[in-house]
Amino acid sequence: MLKSKTFLKKTRAGGVMKIVREHYLRDDIGCGAAGCTACGGAHEGPALEPQPQDPASSLCPQPHYLLPDTNVLLHQIDVLEDPAIRNVIVLQTVLQEVRNRSAPVYKRIRDVTNNQEKHFYTFTNEHHRETYVEQEQGENANDRNDRAIRVAAKWYNEHLKKMSADNQLQVIFITNDRKNKEKAVEEGIPAFTCEEYVKSLTANPELIDRLACLSEEGNEIESGKIIFSEHLPLSKLQQGIKSGTYLQGTFRASRENYLEATVWIHGDNEENKEIILQGLKHLNRAVHEDIVAVELLPKSQWVAPSSVVLHDEGQNEDDVEKEEEREQMSRRHLFTPADKRIPRIRIETRQASTLEGRRIIVAIDGWPRNSRYPNGHFVKNLGDVGEKETETEVLLLEHDVPHQPFSQAVLSFLPKMPWSITEKDMKNREDLRHLCICSVDPPGCTDIDDALHCRELENGNLEVGVHIADVSHFIRPGNALDQESARRGTTVYLCEKRIDMVPELLSSNLCSLKCDVDRLAFSCIWEMNHSAEILKTKFTKSVINSKASLTYAEAQLRIDSANMRDDITTSLRGLNKLAKILKKKRIEKGALTLSSPEVRFHMDSETHDPIDLQTKELRETNSMVEEFMLLANISVAKKIHEEFSEHALLRKHPAPPPSNYEILVKAAKSRNLEIKTDTAKSLAESLDRAESPTFPYLNTLLRILATRCMMQAVYFCSGMDNDFHHYGLASPIYTHFTSPIRRYADVIVHRLLAVAIGADCTYPELTDKHKLADICKNLNYRHKMAQYAQRASVAFHTQLFFKSKGIVSEEAYILFVRKNAIVVLIPKYGLEGTVFFEEKDKPNPRLIYDDEIPSLKIEDTVFHVFDKVKVKIMLDSSNLQHQKIRMSLVEPQIPGISIPPDNISNMNLNGPEKKKMKFEK
Amino acid sequence: MAGLELLSDQGYRVDGRRAGELRKIQARMGVFAQADGSAYIEQGNTKALAVVYGPHEIRGSRARALPDRALVNCQYSSATFSTGERKRRPHGDRKSCEMGLQLRQTFEAAILTQLHPRSQIDIYVQVLQADGGTYAACVNAATLAVLDAGIPMRDFVCACSAGFVDGTALADLSHVEEAAGGPQLALALLPASGQIALLEMDARLHEDHLERVLEAAAQAARDVHTLLDLVVRQHVREASILLGD
Repeated sequence: MLKSKTFLKKTRAGGVMKIVREHYLRDDIGCGAAGCTACGGAHEGPALEPQPQDPASSLCPQPHYLLPDTNVLLHQIDVLEDPAIRNVIVLQTVLQEVRNRSAPVYKRIRDVTNNQEKHFYTFTNEHHRETYVEQEQGENANDRNDRAIRVAAKWYNEHLKKMSADNQLQVIFITNDRKNKEKAVEEGIPAFTCEEYVKSLTANPELIDRLACLSEEGNEIESGKIIFSEHLPLSKLQQGIKSGTYLQGTFRASRENYLEATVWIHGDNEENKEIILQGLKHLNRAVHEDIVAVELLPKSQWVAPSSVVLHDEGQNEDDVEKEEEREQMSRRHLFTPADKRIPRIRIETRQASTLEGRRIIVAIDGWPRNSRYPNGHFVKNLGDVGEKETETEVLLLEHDVPHQPFSQAVLSFLPKMPWSITEKDMKNREDLRHLCICSVDPPGCTDIDDALHCRELENGNLEVGVHIADVSHFIRPGNALDQESARRGTTVYLCEKRIDMVPELLSSNLCSLKCDVDRLAFSCIWEMNHSAEILKTKFTKSVINSKASLTYAEAQLRIDSANMRDDITTSLRGLNKLAKILKKKRIEKGALTLSSPEVRFHMDSETHDPIDLQTKELRETNSMVEEFMLLANISVAKKIHEEFSEHALLRKHPAPPPSNYEILVKAAKSRNLEIKTDTAKSLAESLDRAESPTFPYLNTLLRILATRCMMQAVYFCSGMDNDFHHYGLASPIYTHFTSPIRRYADVIVHRLLAVAIGADCTYPELTDKHKLADICKNLNYRHKMAQYAQRASVAFHTQLFFKSKGIVSEEAYILFVRKNAIVVLIPKYGLEGTVFFEEKDKPNPRLIYDDEIPSLKIEDTVFHVFDKVKVKIMLDSSNLQHQKIRMSLVEPQIPGISIPPDNISNMNLNGPEKKKMKFEK
Repeated sequence: MAGLELLSDQGYRVDGRRAGELRKIQARMGVFAQADGSAYIEQGNTKALAVVYGPHEIRGSRARALPDRALVNCQYSSATFSTGERKRRPHGDRKSCEMGLQLRQTFEAAILTQLHPRSQIDIYVQVLQADGGTYAACVNAATLAVLDAGIPMRDFVCACSAGFVDGTALADLSHVEEAAGGPQLALALLPASGQIALLEMDARLHEDHLERVLEAAAQAARDVHTLLDLVVRQHVREASILLGD
């Protein structure tokens, strides 16, 4: 059954080396058609249907399989993913080429292949005795592969005929390469282009929209004017980058000005640089997030970023173009992406009337040199603009949050219900069910991942335990469930929805440390004296039985009430006492207390519309729980770093560069306050001192500003970095251990800790620092995106809120002063907005901007940072796609600019309570 | 770009084999007349030659003689032309010495050395072409050569390597698979009794997986044994025909 064949596979230049590889040809590779007798029993896994009931094709009425070539797979993956397309043979040659050329498409095609219902079959033609072809002299690799594909197609057709004489089954070769198609037809293989085939599927006309338009002929715009210069060939680029004439970087379109973009140069040794690009011609068809090569202009032509806000909306010529096209050919339309950084896209569709006013997904196929906009094709219809579900879907997509329901493969790794703790589970586990453990969480929390206890020991010391849900017990390394949670990285909390990282059975049931049930936990137990000094630390896997699930408010009530003396209350009081000492110690060390406005929506229970906004309230118990979580995280960080100095997953918060603080220092100066920023401690102290008796909210505002100066905290692998310091918490080492249900980082940390204490076994990826670094990179990205998604969700709900509320006037404070606008914060709603002073159709007022003491003089009124103003808030829905909150000035009154105050302005000036920081620790 | 895909979703390796399949093995015994025993083996593109002298009197220092058993002396070398880049030293470097030592350990366990006290058995192995699994090829060649020399052994010693990729154990690694850097295990087995003459592994592998990899290597070694057994029978048949006439 083995045929061996040895041949010279390739020679590599640069010290020419001869590489000899064996290549075995087999005769046991099945054709994939279920029930094929010629190669019976040779196939496993997903197979082709014996009699495919495919959508009727007018070109090919009899049942058939499809066999696409590489380019079809690469470019028309959207079509192939459609449920209507089934029974496709993917050749190994094709798959390898796809793998080399585009990792995302390769991943998608693998997903499709794994889907049983799609009946995709991968045929290993390179190792099949009859379909292997050798590269001929003078034939290049591409031609060889094309030939290999044709040979395989031919073999298939002959093979299927052999199956039974009256078999009508055919294999149709799909290629967009004209020459290849001609050759195939010559050889007697039924071949069509992708377009021909898809158009022939009369039952599924909507598929045509999903075709990527690649053929240049059909799409040329009448005005043959060439707008853009040609892109350089890759070889030239690589040469240029090597020699330093070109710089490679990530293209980032500006949100504010569509004619401007920056390129981030990511050099390895030098600092990251930013290069500005201006003008359509220089942008040369790059789209946001592309990797581009740029050449610097001579210094004389260097420009500064124009601090002007410029949107594409006012472009008349485009609108004209749009209409023209409608008239000429009713199938072509311009698509306006929700993200302003992406240019508009020309698409072709027949369902324009149904798609109007809807959110749709479009893929970009190409950008011809003579077109102002790229060409694309329609992929998916999401729903009506403004619908809550649609908008949520959009913001999830926009922030790349994986939110599809968990696949069967993932769910198959869940424990079977009814679940109970078995003997086996008890191995390496301590029974802590007798302890009086309780959990304290926000109201309505179903994924409880932490619980606490505190009791007095016989020697007078206190025993404090933090018990974290043992998620790593259920998520075993390497399986589909693990991979999916690793990919999601974090649970995303939107205003009315939660996108779970792990399936609900785990997040809200088996892992959730609910009261009065036995749950598996990972415990961190300290012995402390009464001044909160740690005497002993112990980590163990355990079984606990929580005695109570409290909310912050309930816990606070218990602590405060004088006549409650039960175990839970004493435990809470002990914890609270220790937490206060711990917090004091932490602040003495220089931990920062920052602030950011946070709001919570009260939802209507039926319509899920927001009916009221409330800023989050913080109680002692919040800080109590937080204090112990910090302590547990720090203890665990020390332990895993001790045990795995090279591959501990830690979290650091780099100190911001001094220039970041400039704005804070300047703003404080304008109020005659001094902020020291040399160390975290001095910053914390100066923030504490910065109070004004006449202006109590000032301190909060300063803290909000200080938060903006901070760097993003990140996960990293200890072997890849040497700076572990967490600036915000003033801790030399830190990690995340306490929320494994909602963060994947914690799952990894749990595994590391379990190995460190010998409760679980390790696996190769865990001790591979490069793999760990990759995980960290993904986690950091997901966390950032989750945060953005959260903010976007709040913004959307704020809009809904104001839509129902109508126009209101509120008191606000100026946070930043810009050249043509001020950014204000409305404490009541925790809402931030921009008040513009320049409008398109109004005469511009006289604006004088002073950079030194950030201030803006409009006519005769001067605005400083922290000034109190009154603004009117309304919902601007003039742009269907981007509804936004618009604010305009009411007080102080500036003739011609401010708006007369509303009579029905509902002024409610109970300044909200001081809020605490909530940047991700 | 992503690295080489060592095991495709369909279960084929880079060269078209399935996970547990060996490369093609061809072997011959009695290739040199002057030596007491000799053999040549090809395992895929790995080619090795083994020559055995002995048992004979101790050469060199008499002090090395062992009172109760024979001394097994192994020397390993690989031809300068055996790898893609020409080697400088054919033998004497650290890797060759280590390999010699391993071979010695292997054969001390297999040869019935106590039958020849105070004597010496020399095994010389040369790799002509290296394409992964050199140790295994050397052991298999040497086994045939020792058999050819008529030195009594407990059993064949059959060796095979195994690796571990994406949760699957691969038998008989080729050079490409070895170079990918995963764990690699070399096993020399006495197939009849299932005893292990030598087990060596570089790189780390979790003990949970060890059993599977070990089983893959053992199965492959048993497969090697079947093939070597055929070779030996064939050789004996040819020799007996020559003698019989």
